[in-house]
Amino acid sequence: MTNNIGILNNEPSRPIEQWLWRGLIFIAAALLIVRYFDVLDSYELSITVFTAACLAFLGQNWPGFRRHIIIVSALSFFAIQLYGDDLGIGKTNFFLSFILASQSAFMWMSALFVMATFAYFSGLLLRSPFTEKVGTVLTWSATTMGVVGLMVRWRESYLISPDVGHIPVSNLYEVFILFAVITALLYLFYERRYQTRSLGGFVLLVISASVAFQLWYTFEKQAHEIQPLVPALQSYWMKIHVPANFVGYGAFAMAAMIGVAYLFKSWRQEINPKGLLATSLPDLSIMDDLMYKAIALGFAFFTVATVLGALWAAEAWGGYWSWDPKETWALIVWLNYAAWLHMRMTKGWNGKPMAWWAIIGLFVTLFAFIGVNMFLSGLHSYGTL
Amino acid sequence: MSEKSNSPRHSLSQRLFLFLGSMDLAITLLLALAVASIIGTVLQQNQPYTDYVIKFGPFWFEVFEAAGLYDVYSALWFLAILCLLVLSTSVCVIRNTPSMLKDMFNLRTQVQEKSLRAMHHSQQWDTENNLKDSVAYVEATLDAQGFRVKQTPKDGGAVLISAMRGGMNRLGYIFTHLAIIIICLGGLLDSNLFLKFAEWQGKISIETRDIPTSEIPNESRLAVGYQAFRGSINIPEGRSAQVAFLAMKDGYLLQELPFRVEVKDFRIEHYATGQPKSFESDLVVYDDDLEKPLEQMIAVNHPLLYKGYAIYQASFSDGGTGLNLEAWPLDKQAGNETVSFDTRVFDSRKMHWGDETVQLEMTAFRPFNINPDPTDDDPERLRNFGPSFGFKIRSNTGEAKEYLNYMLPVPRNGRDFYLSGVRNSPAEEFGYLYLPLDADGELVGFQRFLSTLHDSEKIEQVAQTMMLETLESLDGKRDETLEQSLKQTLNSLVKMFMRGGFVEVSDFIETNIPETEKETLGPAYLSMLREMLARLYFMQASDVPSTEQEADAQLVFLQDAVDAIGSLSRYGSPVYLELTDYDHVEASGLQIARSPGKPIVYLGCALLIVGVFVLFYLPQRRLWIRVNEINGRVNLLLAGMSNRNPREFDQYFEKITQHLKLASGNSSK
Repeated sequence: MTNNIGILNNEPSRPIEQWLWRGLIFIAAALLIVRYFDVLDSYELSITVFTAACLAFLGQNWPGFRRHIIIVSALSFFAIQLYGDDLGIGKTNFFLSFILASQSAFMWMSALFVMATFAYFSGLLLRSPFTEKVGTVLTWSATTMGVVGLMVRWRESYLISPDVGHIPVSNLYEVFILFAVITALLYLFYERRYQTRSLGGFVLLVISASVAFQLWYTFEKQAHEIQPLVPALQSYWMKIHVPANFVGYGAFAMAAMIGVAYLFKSWRQEINPKGLLATSLPDLSIMDDLMYKAIALGFAFFTVATVLGALWAAEAWGGYWSWDPKETWALIVWLNYAAWLHMRMTKGWNGKPMAWWAIIGLFVTLFAFIGVNMFLSGLHSYGTL
Repeated sequence: MSEKSNSPRHSLSQRLFLFLGSMDLAITLLLALAVASIIGTVLQQNQPYTDYVIKFGPFWFEVFEAAGLYDVYSALWFLAILCLLVLSTSVCVIRNTPSMLKDMFNLRTQVQEKSLRAMHHSQQWDTENNLKDSVAYVEATLDAQGFRVKQTPKDGGAVLISAMRGGMNRLGYIFTHLAIIIICLGGLLDSNLFLKFAEWQGKISIETRDIPTSEIPNESRLAVGYQAFRGSINIPEGRSAQVAFLAMKDGYLLQELPFRVEVKDFRIEHYATGQPKSFESDLVVYDDDLEKPLEQMIAVNHPLLYKGYAIYQASFSDGGTGLNLEAWPLDKQAGNETVSFDTRVFDSRKMHWGDETVQLEMTAFRPFNINPDPTDDDPERLRNFGPSFGFKIRSNTGEAKEYLNYMLPVPRNGRDFYLSGVRNSPAEEFGYLYLPLDADGELVGFQRFLSTLHDSEKIEQVAQTMMLETLESLDGKRDETLEQSLKQTLNSLVKMFMRGGFVEVSDFIETNIPETEKETLGPAYLSMLREMLARLYFMQASDVPSTEQEADAQLVFLQDAVDAIGSLSRYGSPVYLELTDYDHVEASGLQIARSPGKPIVYLGCALLIVGVFVLFYLPQRRLWIRVNEINGRVNLLLAGMSNRNPREFDQYFEKITQHLKLASGNSSK
């Protein structure tokens, strides 16, 4: 018995499954690199290797994630095979036009996320573990459809024209989907780790809000159309800067929603300690801990993303820092959470004020994410409303 | 990092030190910086001062200028907050680093048994193994779990095993806080503070005039050196430069470069949809230190790095495109002949059209325009408007109208027009003049009709015929005065129309005709005018229509031409300029920067990232196991603590307790 105890979770480690998973990812990455060696430059090679390492790491102790990746890969490959070289097939083929074409997949994602929100809340209010479990399954399904949609959209962009092709994280519409799936994955990770589904509805609420926005954006502004990249975005940095940022945004959003649940519970506890919400929601201390975890994770990734953004700016805009509105708001978000973490870690604050602060933090983050694009002009104006 | 202590014995400097290192100050500064940063994102920074004056008016302009709001991030008060934050962080680092370093290595072998019992995580049990085996076993287990282990003999034969994992966590604190200081110092090196300071001292002065580079005085020039700067310069294709302009306040400074940059070629590539795909320049760097000139292509995201200078593709503009123009007279003053001449973008010249002398300033050229069609109902629909060029016509009084002519005919309701935009100031939207094209797709037809309308003799002639016909249809009796008056009316109607279109005619009817007759005479005048214009048109129309369709087309053309002529007075230019040929010369907008602080900033960033992850994800965990033999029974006392993730540590501690108990064949209390 020399295995480390509980590094990532508390389940007994299953070395065979772990090694099978790592092997699978290794083989997939190796095949990809061999097949496309001629067209990958050194940056893209490193990104591929790094992505594989992340997948291997995340999946080794997380069966749900393993399943998710395998299903996403299978569905995406199926869709790409169906497409062949002709984008037009997307309108005639049954599977594509109703399920797998990016636009259809996103619609499924949207519907499933909204259903998951209802399921989680129903489960919470009816005290039905089964209904809550349905919520989990729906959330996984929604996330799967979202990621499949992104993968297929990636391919679709190349089918429009090879020079139009790009990873779908380039405008406000695409990153909204990224935001939804990343937030959902973060939540699912903690749901399993803390063995509590009662927070699902709260976190899914913010995801549903983003879904609503994204639907409005699709139908009102036709934002779903794939646009070619402006020259400033044609860089490998986009592939890492944007996802890193959205891990940050997603984690901050989750922290805020847990903050909402925290305030709900402490409010109900004062009024009716035996009531439904007061007893169904996790312990205040657990939520407090989760809130800290989420903000710490978000802060770490947001730091990475901002540094990556600075490195990119040094290549594209002529300087690593220009006090551009987007940069400045990233700094404001960073300073805000830095202050939050100092309060919590060294002054030992916790409870209600920190929950309120986490919620305010979401609004600051939201402004940096969307508000800057809406109200302020600057270099970083990709995707306006 | 630690709390304020209010001991009265502290000296002033000690108290200052405590204040600077206090957590309250640090958090206040973080939030103050965040709030201060907002200002610069709400108010656009470093715009021309005249824009601010227009926006805020003279009073608030000065107030805001005094507060440094046009360049917040280098305003003194902003820098003061930043400096204070760096100072506060530094004090924290200085104060805490020694104890943290000690804590990283210190296994705390001096812990008393009673402290162990008092710890939140504490367990005790007996084992059947002897003391020596137990110690060996515990050590082996903790070692396998990645702990650093040390045993210390205690009184009465007891042994204290101290263990620690994740001591590096403390480095997380040091790295993150050091990183902030390093990043700020690196950033300071790359800021323009030194320039501002030199300006404040009067060593340099900001140039605000628009003058040739060679005339810029020395006190506005910066010699080649090691200082940081971010400048820009537009270089037309085939030309080179050895300077860059640094924007400062309401003017600029000239930075000299140790090399010469030539732009050989500038290219824009487009996607099939017309959006720009890439901006590229072929550069040549000439430097005596180079064996042969350095040739390199730059593009957005792919700068040229040379001698610590970075040259970026930042923008593009016209580099003085050669234009062959043809001036079609619109005004009688300008005569009847078209005049051809050559000019360049950014040239200005005096033009004499009749008695009128105006200044023609060429301002812009674009080889093609794929724009939303301003005349289309669907603003999303894109259309190619062909090449365009912009110019200003400045009158003697200095007033200028701005024009924008598109050279590809724009179809509207099946007919082709040349579009020319006009506006009185940059704040306005362009209003468009539609010049109809004749059957051959040229302006000749319009021009011929226009010159007929300028021809008094022909107008006279048509007026005469029309007058006769009208009177004949009335009663056929001749009346000299009525004849003269009608003819004059007809004549002046056309003249009025030529002066100010239908608006002028309507105004005339409104003001000069008695109220009682307005009802009847007004429409009569307008229809007479239309009839006159039609007659004048058919008088000069060369080709007699052979089919009904052609006849209709002519009528439609007449209508379009009349509409265009009616709006000429608002158009304001005595000529319409048509582009017959061009020689496109572009200028590449380069940004040239030197940032010696960059490696320092990057080092700080790396430290920050490593530090943050270590701080959050490498908890420092300590365990102590006191093995004691009392009355022949070996007893183990386990205690532990962690500085992060208490919840995980609860479970961890439970597990490791189970683990140790199981293996030591316990009989726990």
